[in-house]
Amino acid sequence: MSKKPLQFTLNGANKAVFVEDGQNLLDVLRREVGDFAPKYGCGQGTCGSCTVLIDGKPHLSCLTLAERSEGASIETASGLADGPDLHPLQDAFMEHFAAQCGYCTSGMLMAAKALLDHTPTPTREEVVEAIAGNVCRCTGYEPIINAILDAAARGRRFSA
Amino acid sequence: MLELRKDIFADERDDNLNEIGKPTQRQDMLGHVTGRTRYYDDHAFEGMLHLKVVRSPHHHARIRSIDTSAADRLPGVRRIIQAADIPVNLNTLLSLIEFGEDDEPTLAEDKVRYIGEPVVAVVADTEVIAMAAVAAVRVDYEVLPHVLDVEEALKPGAVSVNPVYTKNHFVFHDSYDRQKMRFGDVEAGFAQADHVLEARYQMSPIEHAPVEPMGCIAAPETNDRIVVHTSTQALFFSLGTAAKILDMPSNRLHFIGGTVGGGFGGKVDSLTEPLAILACKLTGKPVRYGFNRQEEMQAGPPRGAEVHYIKDGVMNDGRIVARQIRSYFDAGAYTRLSSYAIIKCTGHLPGPYTIPNVKTDVFCVYTNRTPATAMRGFGVTGVDFSLECHMDKMAQLVGMDAIEFRIFNAYRDGDMKAHRREAKNTALVECCQVAAQKAGWPIRDEFQQMSSLHGGGGERAAIPYTRMDQEGIIAGMSAAQAPPSTPIQAPATMAPAIAATVAAPPPAPVVPPVPTVAQPPVATQLPLAATAPQAPQSSQQPPVVAGAPAVPPLSPPAMGQQAAPPSIPTSPSPSMQPASPYTSPAPQTEGSEGSSRPSASPRPGTVRHGSRLAGTRRR
Amino acid sequence: MTVTVTTYETATEAAHAIAAGTSTHFLGGGTLIMRALNEGDPSVRSIVMTGDIAMKQIRPAGAGMEIGAAVTMADILGSHDLGFLHSAARAVGGPAIRNMATLGGNLFARSPYGDLATALLALDGVVVLASGGGMREMPLSEFLAGRDGVAKGVVVSVRVSRPATLEAFRFHKVSRVRPKRIAVLTLAAHLPMNSGRITGARIAYGAMAPTPIRVPAVEQALEGASLDEQGIARALAVACEGCAPANDAIASEWYRREVTPVHLKRLLLGQAA
Repeated sequence: MSKKPLQFTLNGANKAVFVEDGQNLLDVLRREVGDFAPKYGCGQGTCGSCTVLIDGKPHLSCLTLAERSEGASIETASGLADGPDLHPLQDAFMEHFAAQCGYCTSGMLMAAKALLDHTPTPTREEVVEAIAGNVCRCTGYEPIINAILDAAARGRRFSA
Repeated sequence: MLELRKDIFADERDDNLNEIGKPTQRQDMLGHVTGRTRYYDDHAFEGMLHLKVVRSPHHHARIRSIDTSAADRLPGVRRIIQAADIPVNLNTLLSLIEFGEDDEPTLAEDKVRYIGEPVVAVVADTEVIAMAAVAAVRVDYEVLPHVLDVEEALKPGAVSVNPVYTKNHFVFHDSYDRQKMRFGDVEAGFAQADHVLEARYQMSPIEHAPVEPMGCIAAPETNDRIVVHTSTQALFFSLGTAAKILDMPSNRLHFIGGTVGGGFGGKVDSLTEPLAILACKLTGKPVRYGFNRQEEMQAGPPRGAEVHYIKDGVMNDGRIVARQIRSYFDAGAYTRLSSYAIIKCTGHLPGPYTIPNVKTDVFCVYTNRTPATAMRGFGVTGVDFSLECHMDKMAQLVGMDAIEFRIFNAYRDGDMKAHRREAKNTALVECCQVAAQKAGWPIRDEFQQMSSLHGGGGERAAIPYTRMDQEGIIAGMSAAQAPPSTPIQAPATMAPAIAATVAAPPPAPVVPPVPTVAQPPVATQLPLAATAPQAPQSSQQPPVVAGAPAVPPLSPPAMGQQAAPPSIPTSPSPSMQPASPYTSPAPQTEGSEGSSRPSASPRPGTVRHGSRLAGTRRR
Repeated sequence: MTVTVTTYETATEAAHAIAAGTSTHFLGGGTLIMRALNEGDPSVRSIVMTGDIAMKQIRPAGAGMEIGAAVTMADILGSHDLGFLHSAARAVGGPAIRNMATLGGNLFARSPYGDLATALLALDGVVVLASGGGMREMPLSEFLAGRDGVAKGVVVSVRVSRPATLEAFRFHKVSRVRPKRIAVLTLAAHLPMNSGRITGARIAYGAMAPTPIRVPAVEQALEGASLDEQGIARALAVACEGCAPANDAIASEWYRREVTPVHLKRLLLGQAA
């Protein structure tokens, strides 16, 4: 079986792997690189648990052909924290009980990060729209929405 | 947000609480927000193989032949597994607690009975190859008529679904086509009532839809063990199930789990572990068997469909005087946990209300649907929906406020419940009061002043005269159910055990002998079993026949016992826990009253029951 | 058994590869084909892609706009010129899907998907298709009707007319779950007015047939009508003519037929969806 070389940065670090034709980015991140933060939930673009940022924008890694990520900058939840310091979103998710089983959390965090990177002071409606493609089956969405709004407020405090 | 109402039942509780009422961070939260939590699939193994299964495209079909040759030839296919490769192919989940017959194959043998039923497993180097191999397996099916509706399934001449319970219903306590409960005389209640209201309620199947589909990875470990990372919600239940199906000692299996990406009851059926472990044994390699989303939705078990017929008699003043319930639970093609759900359901009937005349019949029905399983309060949720809808209609019928109507009929501490247990620690009155207050729903002062602690007991603790009936008695499991060509495969130890026998915790309490000889029902009202659990109330009865002297005779058991669910490791129902059958000295045969023994026993099977029961003491 | 992926310079080359191949599919944003791959669909054996810049362009074309097939929903939302399509583009998926899903792919989305295609239908969309024999054009309605037969090519772009006025174009997506929206049905209407009368109405539905469809019976009933309760009555009476909605997990055929006139009325009268 022929494999294709693929290089990209993952959370700022250079990665070089060989990928199969047809292999999706989620599979490459998890099985070839070993970043288990993005999850498989549906493989069909319904659940959002595989959400990663590609060049700063949210994408579903399970529907992304891996070889299309050549040269891309990919971010996952594994890279959110700065060393021991959690990202404001992570702090806020912890405090607001915005995760129960935790399976959707990685994707939810990345969808939220994409929003806050672009829109630091979102309205509630903008938050709702930002996570509209991410399914949570445990906590209900209210704590998640509240956490994202709170993280935005923390971000403002940090930058002030 | 969270509000602890310590004013309610303040003198019944120790309030020196260290944690409750204070915010406490979950210990797994940091892992969740950093993406470091490891679910079953977040484990890397060198050389891991992937298992996928060929699934039935039909509701019901005979398997004429299976041709795996094309799949076998695909490069990268390591192994193909069929029913004959599985040491103990036929299983029922609750056999671990000796409840029900083995009725479900891990891989289909002669027939498929629901869309999505596993037929053949393939193990390959990659998931892509495994999927291609699945597509390459040819199964020749003879499509058979199917039945998808519980009431249709019980009609004469209906398609027979289950290989063991051929009449499309589970057999309760070896002798009944339904789970019965009789309390008082509903017909008299209806005759006395000012209004009678009857309605049908139904609930469709509900998929848990966890974001993580179920699955596991089985890998060779040191010391000739196999380590299994699994999404199961019931680790030891799955361990026991896998050990049984694979006929191997459970200490050869090292199950790691408890980190579940959403379960809600849907991940207790142990559907992936046996095949993955078998594939691991056969190939010597780590094997991953994970459901994809389609499989999770189609073949993953749902909360089963239910149909409830409720008929209530109510007086003009709002008193409910009779309640009759006839319910059908759709188990799908195989039993799984539906039999248990019905025990739970019956233990909950007639809802949290004190009603002097109750008659309930709950059927566990087989259809060609995906087998149903546990889901958040299963057995109770659907019937509660129905009962509370009915309560609203009844309140309207008698012109009462819906909440006042509930408070009026709510059980109080000391009341006798229909399954002959005294109501304790009831709180419905207070719940209604707080809910009304929170909702800004005005209720009259007299209802605001009522309490669960007052007004119960006394007459309300009495067990009414209850007449015998013969409804639902069948000739017995082996005679009526097993087709001649399909001998029941369960060994004696796996024979159907009644719910009561399996919930018994050790050590077995001393239970005085009770008669097994059939006696006519007596019309006197005796203070009952549940209220005086230490001794039978009637001493003039002959001693137990033979066999197991320290064991209550059990043919067929009373609701008080029947209501005690087997303590399986899923959704335990704390309220049910105290209901050990051994604390109930006078087993109530259905329809019996007081400690008298009715003549309902279809056969003198006491000895057999007793010895089997004795055999279950190990738990 | 395994899939091969080949990238071509131009859409025309990709179209040639598709024409020459078997079980060969064009990969746009990935939301359809990658799903098929993930689920082991044996009909996807070979995938072709192109980075053809023509497919990423958004440009005026006569009185209308030409939109490249590789333009994503997010691209549409970022385009001032395509403001009239923003409501339709926003109706598709969540942000991640909108960063991936393309206009071209939306033409192939199975019912109940295909919200953007429904909007394009009501704007007299014309498909520019690269095929083995060169470039050709066909009305979107014709393309959708023969969708599975004409797939031996690559959609390069779609031309649409600009709505006469912003209010003349209306788009409603009806769903049961908010904000994650899968359509019970989708309605799009272009209602040019002349002296208070509708002239040249275009009505399109999504999820009311295996592909998005125009609804000629409603269009004819609206011709010359005024946009008020009385004027649209005839159109509502024939709201479901020619429709063949599916029974699916989102809604039953019965339900879709029942609610279609209700939502058509709201659309025509400018009421909230």
